[in-house]
Amino acid sequence: MVNLKINNLPISVDDGTTILDAAKIAGIKIPTLCYLKELNEIAACRVCVVEVEGVHRLVTSCNNVVSEGMEVHTNTAKVREARKTNVELILSQHHTNCPSCVRSGNCQLQTVANSLDLVTDRYKNEPFFKEWPSEFPLIRDSSKCIKCMRCIQICDVIQGMNIWDVANTGSRTTVDVSGNRKITETNCTLCGQCITHCPTGALQERDDVSKIFAMNGILNNKDLITVVQVAPAVRAAWGEEFGLSQEFANEKRLVAALKNMGFDYVFDTNFSADLTIMEEGMEFIHKMEEGKEQGYPLFTSCCPAWVSFMKSRYPDMVPYLSTAKSPQQMFGAITKTYFAEKIGVSPDKIRCISVMPCVAKKAESDLPFINAVKEGKDVDVVLTTREICRMIQFDQIDVTKLPEMDFDSPLGTGSGAAVIFGVTGGVMEAALRTCYAVLMGKNPDMDTFQIVRGQKGWKEAEFTLGDKTLKLAVASGLSNAASLMEAIQLGKASYDFVEVMACPGGCAGGGGQPIHDNMEMAGERSESLYLYDEKNPLRFSHENKDVKMLYDEFLKEPNSHLAHELLHTNHRIV
Amino acid sequence: MSRLTVVSASKAQNVVEGLYKDLERRIIASPPGLCPVDLTAAFLKMCHAQTCGKCVPCRIGLKQLGNLLDDILDNRGTLETLELIESTARVVYNSSDCAIGYEAAKLVLKGLEGFREDYISHVENHRCTYNLTQPVPCVALCPAGVDIPGYIALIKDGRYKDAIRLIRKDNPFPVACALICEHPCEARCRRNMIDDAINIRGMKRAAVDNAGEVEIPSCGKDTGKHVAIIGGGPSGLTAAYYLRLMGHQVTIYEKRKELGGMLRYGIPNYRLPRERLQQDIDAILKTGVKVYRNISIGSREGQIPLEEIRNTFDSVYISIGAHVDKKVGIDGEDAAGVISAVEMLRNIGNYDMPDFTGKRVCVIGGGNVAMDVSRSAIRLGASKVTVVYRRRIADMTALEGEIHGAVAEGVDVLELHAPDYIEKDAANRVSALWATPNIISFIDKSGRPKTAESEKEKLRIPCDIVIIAIGQGIDSKHFAESGIPTNKGSILAQEWAEVENIPGVFAGGDCVTGPATVIKAIAAGKVVAANIDQYLGFEHIITSDVSIPAPDFSDRLPCGRVNMSERDPIDRVKDFDLVECEMSIQEANQEAKRCLRCDHYGYGIFKGGRVNQW
Repeated sequence: MVNLKINNLPISVDDGTTILDAAKIAGIKIPTLCYLKELNEIAACRVCVVEVEGVHRLVTSCNNVVSEGMEVHTNTAKVREARKTNVELILSQHHTNCPSCVRSGNCQLQTVANSLDLVTDRYKNEPFFKEWPSEFPLIRDSSKCIKCMRCIQICDVIQGMNIWDVANTGSRTTVDVSGNRKITETNCTLCGQCITHCPTGALQERDDVSKIFAMNGILNNKDLITVVQVAPAVRAAWGEEFGLSQEFANEKRLVAALKNMGFDYVFDTNFSADLTIMEEGMEFIHKMEEGKEQGYPLFTSCCPAWVSFMKSRYPDMVPYLSTAKSPQQMFGAITKTYFAEKIGVSPDKIRCISVMPCVAKKAESDLPFINAVKEGKDVDVVLTTREICRMIQFDQIDVTKLPEMDFDSPLGTGSGAAVIFGVTGGVMEAALRTCYAVLMGKNPDMDTFQIVRGQKGWKEAEFTLGDKTLKLAVASGLSNAASLMEAIQLGKASYDFVEVMACPGGCAGGGGQPIHDNMEMAGERSESLYLYDEKNPLRFSHENKDVKMLYDEFLKEPNSHLAHELLHTNHRIV
Repeated sequence: MSRLTVVSASKAQNVVEGLYKDLERRIIASPPGLCPVDLTAAFLKMCHAQTCGKCVPCRIGLKQLGNLLDDILDNRGTLETLELIESTARVVYNSSDCAIGYEAAKLVLKGLEGFREDYISHVENHRCTYNLTQPVPCVALCPAGVDIPGYIALIKDGRYKDAIRLIRKDNPFPVACALICEHPCEARCRRNMIDDAINIRGMKRAAVDNAGEVEIPSCGKDTGKHVAIIGGGPSGLTAAYYLRLMGHQVTIYEKRKELGGMLRYGIPNYRLPRERLQQDIDAILKTGVKVYRNISIGSREGQIPLEEIRNTFDSVYISIGAHVDKKVGIDGEDAAGVISAVEMLRNIGNYDMPDFTGKRVCVIGGGNVAMDVSRSAIRLGASKVTVVYRRRIADMTALEGEIHGAVAEGVDVLELHAPDYIEKDAANRVSALWATPNIISFIDKSGRPKTAESEKEKLRIPCDIVIIAIGQGIDSKHFAESGIPTNKGSILAQEWAEVENIPGVFAGGDCVTGPATVIKAIAAGKVVAANIDQYLGFEHIITSDVSIPAPDFSDRLPCGRVNMSERDPIDRVKDFDLVECEMSIQEANQEAKRCLRCDHYGYGIFKGGRVNQW
């Protein structure tokens, strides 16, 4: 233990504790800006400076550790001056158009600046503007970048993609796409983790709200029928933007908000998650029955960032990806075929809008070979959780007064197995529940497969189903995925079934979810999704009556010819 | 009113003089990887501040050049801007009245020629092609990439054994390097910005002097692979050490009686005492290296052909060094009394001391070897030692300290004299060295001045012994005959040290680079160990478990650098004992505190700061 004083308050902390953490323990707040715990402790913004007695110059608290007898002061004149001036300097290169910035109200720079009694602009404002392809699903506004380097770290360390890097030198040093490339030339998976870890509005998803709300938008065209699908992980997070509790901001109130905006049908992606289990689960069972030829597992294909990662990094492993489309795309395909037929409308009169915790889904819906319909797209517009929240705000909807409304029928029923698609390990668990039932002829106990739960980046499990022992792996975060792939390729690990989600913690921690500075929310949101599962009387994908009806009336059986045509894809097409 | 006044500097002038000094030191500490266009713009601004303002091209032209460079840097430039920069600079160069103007313009023109592609990248991509990738100057400049801030921090805490352990992660010769490394690490030390570079080698010396014996790490599991190393010098021994740690079997074939290569047979005892060198060698051999001494590789009787080695081992490292003397090519070189520096130092290495008592010695050459033989000659009893060098003392490649040491010990340095011929007596013995006086002349492209013959008479330097110390060659004939590609004696190896088209054969050290520094040879050995490991199908990791102390954030007040002291020349010429005195613990502690910890402060904490393993 180390004894020190912070603002004359004596405390003892563990050896190796940073001054910042020690202050936190003592209940003393020190503002930070570039700091991202354990990922970016580079002391670049110089906002977390403190004064240490006996040291003439200021010391950054985020990356310097305490020592015995140290006396720290967090609010001296020297500290106040430096903190304020450094924030003013950052602002002098920041495009401060706060009212029209998506991060206004949730911007770390704004929060810190607001706290520092900034009255006048003492420095000339000279932000750095640089062109960016506006159609790309990930948008970078260089004029808002404060060069905190967090995007570089998250992409390098957590995702292992190295899309971002420091560019230029000297006073013109900035962040840009690595290796002097354009973003469109990279293999960026669009996981969106750089967005959720950006302290300002320098990074955001392509805003597609106007495609819905504008004069020429979908909602303003009376000839069109609008069908919305809501992904599982969205329900666990949307309320955060309004400070609502998870219990209150449930999926039913989100349905009400969407209805309020004027959408015709509000359905649940959980429905197509169940459908995915039927298709992918059968594929897995077939694969097992045929025996493993190459010793390579079946990989899940729900996460488009992971699929894109596979294609660019491990093209020779692509044949082992499940051919099942993601729930989003299955939903789009069924909407524009089965559902269109059911309501007697031509598919070109239907617009399918998805609400996703994800940025990569925007790119997925644009893949030219993904569509079941001949004209147009199966999924027309993909909105992130953040965009749907902006639309709720746009329409001035009083979220506290929203009633609870059920999803529409017939694509509105989803099982508990489906809702946990939003968590790392969830697809695996859902698939196992149904595979167990198919192979063993009875449903398993609900806690049978809970071992695949948890936030660990690379989990392994083994189950015996009848005469077969299944070796399974679950990974989230692309660095973990890369380690797992390497182990498989080197023959150091061998599995039958592997689930990968690109975002740490799965879709719960998705790149399209609400942003909280220096807080990882995946764990908390996952708990909420497991609660949805627990409270749902329907726990098995194969027991979803709407899915059953879809097979009876339309698809006939899982992996049927029609099912293949509509619900599967060839990942080998680039 | 007085006719004349005594000029005294104003306070402002004094401060500016100080700022010039600060700037000089700052330029020394300039990190690698800076944008050359940005630097040109910055330099140009300073040049413009120097203009007296009299003439148009300099007063206005430099200003406009600065504006145009800013346009390029701020993405407002086009290819036409580049043309305008070029033509404007040309006019400033051609029409300025004095050097303030035309030399400033030359700087811009040089850049347009030297890094035009970077200008174009700024214009076309709005991006610079440069990147700051080496944020810790000392580590970046150490060929072996030793964790210098790490071991200095350990020395500050008195953890000498840990310091040695950390050094050995990248360099198994901590003792030899503590004594004779040319310390390229110090060249751009950021501490220069405050006062002066850290004495890194001196602190390493303090570590090895105070650490006592330090256990080596245990070797990895036996891989069943066998590697042959031809030549037991610093490079071969380094490769041997790491290959053993990785678990491979290693056999060294050494031509001479003892291991150490040039460390033993090139560097005299007074700079690197044999028993100190032996400390490193003993530690390396403790890993379990098999050594054959007095065996050379070749096709003659008693030699082992390379073919046989290749057939016996899974991989081969050729590290034979550069041990062949070079001839000057002047008349009389065949006289008795003409000896090569290589031969002389080799004999001394084998404790076979020549007797120079009362002899007058001339040494031809200006490198460190010339200083080594001169100072050895003094110790061997020579009555007079004269180094004859065709350029100026300032142009000598020998380290400044070596030249000073030699002069202090009584060596005469005759600069600007080119050896002409060696005069022989009737018995074919050396009687004098004739030399042609030179004057210094124009500076060539490499930055070194050429010489021109002076109008003065030729000089006769009477002497009994002439030592030729003009560099070493490589004895690679057998290897060339065995199919190894060579060029002018040097073995050709690729950047990763593998010999092209000959799988499993690697080469490095002096026999590839030509005579170079010990740390470069060590670095080659490290590279080879990693790449042989990979070639053999493994990916062993070399790492260190030493925890590095957190940096303290005390103010770095300006403080003088602790320099190494030497024994009194009057005493030291009497023996071959170590000349350099040790750095005291008190001094090492103060010096260690001067380290700015670039691994923590600055870019190092973000990227490239610490390589924990390789």
